[in-house]
Amino acid sequence: MIEWVGAIVQGTLLGGLYALFAAGLSLIFGVMRLVNIAHGDLIVLAAYLGLSTTIMLGVHPFVALLLVMPVMGGIGYALQRGVLNQTLGPDILPPLLVTFGLSVIIQNVLLEIFTADPQKLNGGAIETASLPVGSLNLGVLPLVTFGIAVVVIAGLQWIFYRTPLGRGFRAVSDNQEIAQLMGLNKAHVFGLAMALALAVTAIAGILLGMRTSFDPAIGGGRLIFGFEAVIIGGLGNLWGTLAGGVILGVAQTIGAKIDPGLQLLAGHLAFLIVLAVRPNGLFPRVEH
Amino acid sequence: MGSTQMSEPLLSLTALDAHYGDFQALYSIDMDIAAGEVIAIIGANGAGKTTFMRSISGLLWNSPGQIRYRGAPIGGLRADEVAHLGIALVPEGRQLFPSLTVEENLLLGANAKRSGIWSLGKVYEFFPVLKERKNQQSTSLSGGQQQMVAIGRALMANPDLILFDEISLGLAPVIINGIYAALPDIVGEGMTAMIVEQDITKALSVSSRVYCFQEGRISLEGRTDAVSRDEITAAYFGVNA
Repeated sequence: MIEWVGAIVQGTLLGGLYALFAAGLSLIFGVMRLVNIAHGDLIVLAAYLGLSTTIMLGVHPFVALLLVMPVMGGIGYALQRGVLNQTLGPDILPPLLVTFGLSVIIQNVLLEIFTADPQKLNGGAIETASLPVGSLNLGVLPLVTFGIAVVVIAGLQWIFYRTPLGRGFRAVSDNQEIAQLMGLNKAHVFGLAMALALAVTAIAGILLGMRTSFDPAIGGGRLIFGFEAVIIGGLGNLWGTLAGGVILGVAQTIGAKIDPGLQLLAGHLAFLIVLAVRPNGLFPRVEH
Repeated sequence: MGSTQMSEPLLSLTALDAHYGDFQALYSIDMDIAAGEVIAIIGANGAGKTTFMRSISGLLWNSPGQIRYRGAPIGGLRADEVAHLGIALVPEGRQLFPSLTVEENLLLGANAKRSGIWSLGKVYEFFPVLKERKNQQSTSLSGGQQQMVAIGRALMANPDLILFDEISLGLAPVIINGIYAALPDIVGEGMTAMIVEQDITKALSVSSRVYCFQEGRISLEGRTDAVSRDEITAAYFGVNA
């Protein structure tokens, strides 16, 4: 019995990481209806930037975040203004194709620089530390990851609903033309949204790199987890995205408990079931 | 420069045209608007009135020299750049942001960051009902209240030139009367206004000059008190009375 409780708790904590994969996707889709196929590869890029930072500066991955977050944010702004804004329009195909191409480019550049060897970020003692909770032993890193996910989602929620920046995001999402009439330059607003999304991606990438080994080819899988968390939770609802991540994580750990080979399949099945029963996700966009 | 400033119009249109793909919506519009004027733009559906508003506000691209504002060519600027210069549009159909509250809609109007007499407090003073409903979703308001938000949102930018596009459309007559009763107070604060209307009587009642559009061209222009109903009818419908 306690093993199942353990699996559910582990899955919940894993869901925090998936929510971090998904938050950037959700934000980008919410603000500019852009589906970013390269999102998973950007997570992996962030992990490699973290790796380079920790090696070159000899700092802990969490310290590397202080550098990787603004760098990813800057990449996001430049990418949006330089490339992605040109793809946005009534046709949804160009952004899909361009971000798919971007995904291929990022993977190959990473392969060229870092080779296909698996790498890992060295988190030190935190990776093996655990905390006894009742009769369960919970890893400190998964707990910290989940805590960061909650803080990030709460922070994004605050930005969206309590700041002028968030007001601009929602206005542009509602009606681009009228938002322009209010003096908002949508190209700039979109750039800021992508910067914010990739800053979150930086956190996701570093936590991923501390949890498991990574190589240039794993981005696609992270993208799928992110998509599934977003869809399960309901498009445009950030707390729903966290719930979606948790459901996906729990399904995976329970699947793995039944049979280690079932881990990924169980997650995809949970996703398909939710999609079949509630096509708009469990918590579709709430009006505030 | 100093000598010409006095006589220089606030807004000057020279051979303004506008296209949607192959379709030409405006043909060679010439117009000079002096600061402080209230101009009525009337015309039937499809005469080009809304296109005209979209051109001035920057939602449609024009060649720069076709629209001059305070002497500077602005025809090629984006809508957000035009907004920062002090031109605000109250769009047809209100077009409030549904995911923003009433107050957030108003605050967004102040995004152009221009100083002036209009502030959140002043808008609430002007439309007290909006203060009571400031935390409501903007789309939960009645049509007339939504129009107040749309007007308040434009005023929050403290524009020098405000464009009203069909502000009476879809509203009950009593609401329309209320809004038109408030207009002189709004434009009385030194603002220049351009009012696009299908309700000719209403538009003429608050304006000093009128332009009638017909099939993308100006078919009549003159002082409101100098044009006759017959002239307007002829210009509006394109028949020779």
